[in-house]
Amino acid sequence: MTTNGSQPRHTITALVQDKPGVLNRVASMFRRRGFNIASLAVGHSEVPDLSRMTFVVEGDDRVVEQVTKHLHKLIDVIKVSDISDENVVSRELALIRVKAKVQTRSEIMQIVDIFRANIVDVATDSLIVEVTGDEDKIDSLHDLLRPFGVVELIRTGSIALNRGMGSARSEDRSARQRRSPPRWGQAASV
Amino acid sequence: MRLTGAQIVCESLLKEGVEVIFGLPGGAILPLYQTLPEYPQLRHILVRHEQGAAHAADGYARVTGRPGVAWATSGPGATNLVTGIATAQMDSIPMVIVTGQVARASIGSDAFQETDTTGITLPITKHNYLVMNAADISRAIKEAFHIASTGRPGPVLVDIPKDVFTEEAEFEYPDKVDLPGYKPNLKGHPAQIRRAVRAIDQSERPVILAGHGVIFSGAYDELRELAEKAQIPVITTLLGISSFPDDHVLCVGMPGMHGMAYASLAIEEADLLIALGMRFDDRITGKASSFAVNAKKIHIDIDPSEIGKNVEVEIPIVGDLKAVLQKLNERVSSATHLDWINRVEELKRDHPSMKIRETEKLLPQYIIRELSQATEGKAIIVTGVGQHQMWAAQHYKFTEPRSLVTSGGSGSMGYEVPGAMGAQVGRPDRVVWSVAGDGGFQMTMAELATMVENKIPVKFAIINNNFLGMVRQWQEFFYDKSYVATHYTGNPDFVKLAEAFGMLGIRVTDKKQVRPAIDKAMENDGPVIVDFVVEEEENVYPMIPAGTTIHNLIEEPAPEKARR
Repeated sequence: MTTNGSQPRHTITALVQDKPGVLNRVASMFRRRGFNIASLAVGHSEVPDLSRMTFVVEGDDRVVEQVTKHLHKLIDVIKVSDISDENVVSRELALIRVKAKVQTRSEIMQIVDIFRANIVDVATDSLIVEVTGDEDKIDSLHDLLRPFGVVELIRTGSIALNRGMGSARSEDRSARQRRSPPRWGQAASV
Repeated sequence: MRLTGAQIVCESLLKEGVEVIFGLPGGAILPLYQTLPEYPQLRHILVRHEQGAAHAADGYARVTGRPGVAWATSGPGATNLVTGIATAQMDSIPMVIVTGQVARASIGSDAFQETDTTGITLPITKHNYLVMNAADISRAIKEAFHIASTGRPGPVLVDIPKDVFTEEAEFEYPDKVDLPGYKPNLKGHPAQIRRAVRAIDQSERPVILAGHGVIFSGAYDELRELAEKAQIPVITTLLGISSFPDDHVLCVGMPGMHGMAYASLAIEEADLLIALGMRFDDRITGKASSFAVNAKKIHIDIDPSEIGKNVEVEIPIVGDLKAVLQKLNERVSSATHLDWINRVEELKRDHPSMKIRETEKLLPQYIIRELSQATEGKAIIVTGVGQHQMWAAQHYKFTEPRSLVTSGGSGSMGYEVPGAMGAQVGRPDRVVWSVAGDGGFQMTMAELATMVENKIPVKFAIINNNFLGMVRQWQEFFYDKSYVATHYTGNPDFVKLAEAFGMLGIRVTDKKQVRPAIDKAMENDGPVIVDFVVEEEENVYPMIPAGTTIHNLIEEPAPEKARR
């Protein structure tokens, strides 16, 4: 999850067929074409037999354009949306195991409270904090907990949906593309 | 109808109109082979090496436009196909490959001759399948042919475990495919087509750069109509050669690394580049950021991911070339572009890239010219990769579509032998000449036995310089003639080799023998090898060194480098 300062991040979602090997096809394409994935999350969608993947990709507009096109070229990928420029809700979940002595426990609990995070496990010398939010929020909480001693951190990677009526369902594809302002090369996929 | 998995494969191939299969059996695919006698309509050609099967299926597809079919067994059988599959993928060749796999229960156990075939071929196929039930075979094969032959074509592999071939299932061939994630856009966006028409009408110095897509789409007439109606010079990429007749007055030839200098210069001076079914390969563009800098660019291609991949374009159109060109042609205004046409003629005069130096020595270029004349530009020419390939592309005057069969993107040495075999099987009515390098020829010459066995009368012109010639040329130009590992000092006697295989072999060492040898080869009704022992250190000109621009053009040998 290293952040490359110079490269902007884009959020791309893909609706894919839930078949063996699909994740491998997608990952293989990213590797072969040299695209950088900051995070990848996969799970079932609202449609049986279809999964939705959310990618956070590092690169300029040109790279992201190529990523979406090459994703779409995969036979098992049904719909690809670059939702970076849109009004999106993006969430990630993290579990953080942090050292907590008697003296520091209450201070940690205060920080956790401020972040509306939860403590989901308590041991004699450590806590597990569960936090949900966008990447920045999780980064901030991580920074604040670091001085206490973060023993382990695990993040799910971002998942994202458009706000309001915009949906990433394939049926709505033409409508969505009409709404979004055209960029170079976009006519290609109309 | 209840059939075994193996029978379902054969029935499905028949439904797809398959007439020939190139393959080689082994344990895992044996149940499929043992059903072949039930299907005499399926002609099986037993190759000597699976790479030969893949290249032959590829050559068959290139000349017929129909998917080529190859079979191989698991493990080494499948891995031997890999070069052939990658070659087809790079040049968008429709192919369906069926491989045997170890039985289902053994998958993942490192069983004898087990390899992860779908894993290995994932990045070099358009799509692939591991079929785990006999009931799924017909749908997989239906989809495989559909995917291989529509949109931007490509190879599709179907991997079938041994016990799936013997499992029984109900056979009903699906009449349509259900692939929600695969819907190639064929029509082209009307607004983009209008923009393209306007750009063409407004241009003063337009050029067409025609690629392989023109051939896939069969858009020869449409390309010609556009060129003639608006008087636009036509430049063809290596794989676009034969999409437009070389003897047409508007034909400017091939640009790029070893292209005609005048073609590259015309692109440099053009104010509009109309790129048709091509992908701005680095051998065409050189340094991509300096390519056709003065031109607005229209790019018509069926694959959206090619748009903007290597070169930014102002007017992209995604669609089938034939359909898009028809709409363009309806609207484009007639034009003469007289000044521009004259300028291109002037470039041709000032940069005569096709000049052959005066000598009594046997030059490869001379052989290709003689071959072109002897066959009246009507042969199918198959090449491998290297100097011989470039000379064939430069000096043969192609007059019919689908006539240059060559490994372009992948640059696979050895393609010239089995590729020619597949081309001849696909077009028994045409003369097929394999213009081969002595290096590539030796990589796959085992297939000569297949050709003798099956009476496949390919004529081989080995351009024998006892060198890996193109690599040697780079060593001469860029490594101060340090010929490391490029000189063959113990090549076989190709005439005796031909005799050992049971075919005619002819050796040519002199200019005067060239035409008689060609004629003699064509009079023979079997495969023939003509071993042309040529000047060893002849170079391909012009040359634009890799990653540079037209300003670094090497047009002809510098005087001090002129040989002996």
